[in-house]
Amino acid sequence: MTQLATAPAVRGERPAAARPPRRRQHGAYLFIAPVGLGLGIFYLYPAVSTFALSFAEWGPFGGHTFTGFTNYLTVFRLETFWTALGNTLLYMVIGLLTLPVAIFFAVLLNRDGLRGVTVYRTLYFIPFVTLPVASGMVWRWLYNGDFGLINQFLSVFGIPGTYWVSNPATALFAIGVVQVWSQVGYYLVIFIAGLKAIPKEYAEAAEIDGASAFQRFWRITLPLLSPSIFFCTIINVITTLQIFDLVYVMSASATVNPAFTASQSIVQLFYEKAFVESDKGTVTALAFLLMLLIAALTFVQFRLQRRWVTYV
Amino acid sequence: MSESARGTRTGSVLTHALLVLGAVAMIGPFGWQLLTAFKSLPETTTVPPSVLPREWLWSNFAEVFELLPFGQQLLNSLVVAAAVTLGQLAFCSLGAYAFARLEFRGRELIFALFLSVLMVPKQLLILPQYQIMSGLGLLNSLPALILPGLFSAFGTFLLRQFFATIPKDFEEAALLDGAGRFRIFFSIMLPLVKPALAALAVITVMHSWNDLLWPLVVNTAPASMPISAGLTSLQGQEWTDYPVLMAGALMASIPMLLAYLALQRQFVQGIALSGTKG
Repeated sequence: MTQLATAPAVRGERPAAARPPRRRQHGAYLFIAPVGLGLGIFYLYPAVSTFALSFAEWGPFGGHTFTGFTNYLTVFRLETFWTALGNTLLYMVIGLLTLPVAIFFAVLLNRDGLRGVTVYRTLYFIPFVTLPVASGMVWRWLYNGDFGLINQFLSVFGIPGTYWVSNPATALFAIGVVQVWSQVGYYLVIFIAGLKAIPKEYAEAAEIDGASAFQRFWRITLPLLSPSIFFCTIINVITTLQIFDLVYVMSASATVNPAFTASQSIVQLFYEKAFVESDKGTVTALAFLLMLLIAALTFVQFRLQRRWVTYV
Repeated sequence: MSESARGTRTGSVLTHALLVLGAVAMIGPFGWQLLTAFKSLPETTTVPPSVLPREWLWSNFAEVFELLPFGQQLLNSLVVAAAVTLGQLAFCSLGAYAFARLEFRGRELIFALFLSVLMVPKQLLILPQYQIMSGLGLLNSLPALILPGLFSAFGTFLLRQFFATIPKDFEEAALLDGAGRFRIFFSIMLPLVKPALAALAVITVMHSWNDLLWPLVVNTAPASMPISAGLTSLQGQEWTDYPVLMAGALMASIPMLLAYLALQRQFVQGIALSGTKG
């Protein structure tokens, strides 16, 4: 799902009443037609169809029978669904740690007269533009139980490592760390822009009044940055609820990885059910439940924003 | 004065130390990937590990081409990214212009439908999309990867916002001179939204290059896969030849990395505008 961020303010639009009545431009449909038809066929129809089919049973030859909430009940009875749901929420919580990390580095990079800001920003952004499949593989190698760099490094200090991505106790966290690592650069860019927009006078005035650096950060910078933080939590939650690529690459397959279920996300469960087990009825219900989850958590965040987001 | 200057300098050294540490965490994995890609398999299984390869081997890179139709898959990714991007720029800008500037019956309703498409996660669409592709007999073909990507509600919305910021005087002058709507669109409006087009192009290329779920679903034949899906078949079920895997992963990520380094401003701007990766 794509989200809208800092779309520019709509200027130059006069109120409709002030405009002289104008002839409708039928040519407009020619402009709209290509993208309109394409979206209708490949997006709108599939969305409606998934919704409708989540209440039907798929016949072996393509027919459908209305079955009410049966598919949903099937999903709720799946033990793997509850595990995947719990896992996905854990991925979301771990994913949110991206924000404090990004704020930390953004504050460092926002120091007056700091050299090399562009170089750092370029480097920090690289994991975000890297093919996720490739990043997942690189980290799987770092996490390797026998010869991975992480365990070799830990052994220097006498700390015993583990098979990070195939140990059910660590797999989800290991993958969550990679998710954080791959996303930090993106939020860093947003927070740097957010910090730049805060007038320096506020912090200067507070400093004259004797506020410490920590107080200035906590009482001035953070509240003034809160609209950016709010935007980032929305995006972050939507992104991590749909986590798939990293899990798919790093947890390998159900037959060989003992931690497969322990790290499975909802979208991965969806993929397994739809295209490995071909359980289409269950899958439509599952997809719709995922959308409800995303919508609900986004809605809750919008409701809660009044409590902590400061708009100047 | 001198004391505070010294304080600032220590602060600055500390800042750089932390930032370098962060940079190592962000880039370090790729460094290890690069070194591994040049090592022999036995060399990667020594304890403690060797840092630099004893001998810099190119054979791992060659082996990727033997195990996979790698050249073909790279080409597939390039063709798909180019087609999808050109399609979106053309179709979305046309639609966006109409939404921003033209008056027609049902404009608000159609626009609301476009916005509603934005809210739907792509997993919800995949099964019916798969059936459309299967019905058209397009499974395991490049059109299967390209077709749904040609159209974007997000792209239309993004460009519409930009078109709406352009003062109307430009067009009105041209209209008085007798220019048609298409002419105005191509020769006046499009050049004015170039930065937005660049931003949209960059995110579209990146999403297309990185996408995994859809290619895994529609194109299961190795020769029709893009590089993202193709690469996953290098990972063994039981064990993995990591030097070869690292070489493949490196080659698959280099095109996007080069594009990013060459067009940093557009990347950062485009990605900041778009919100998410997926």
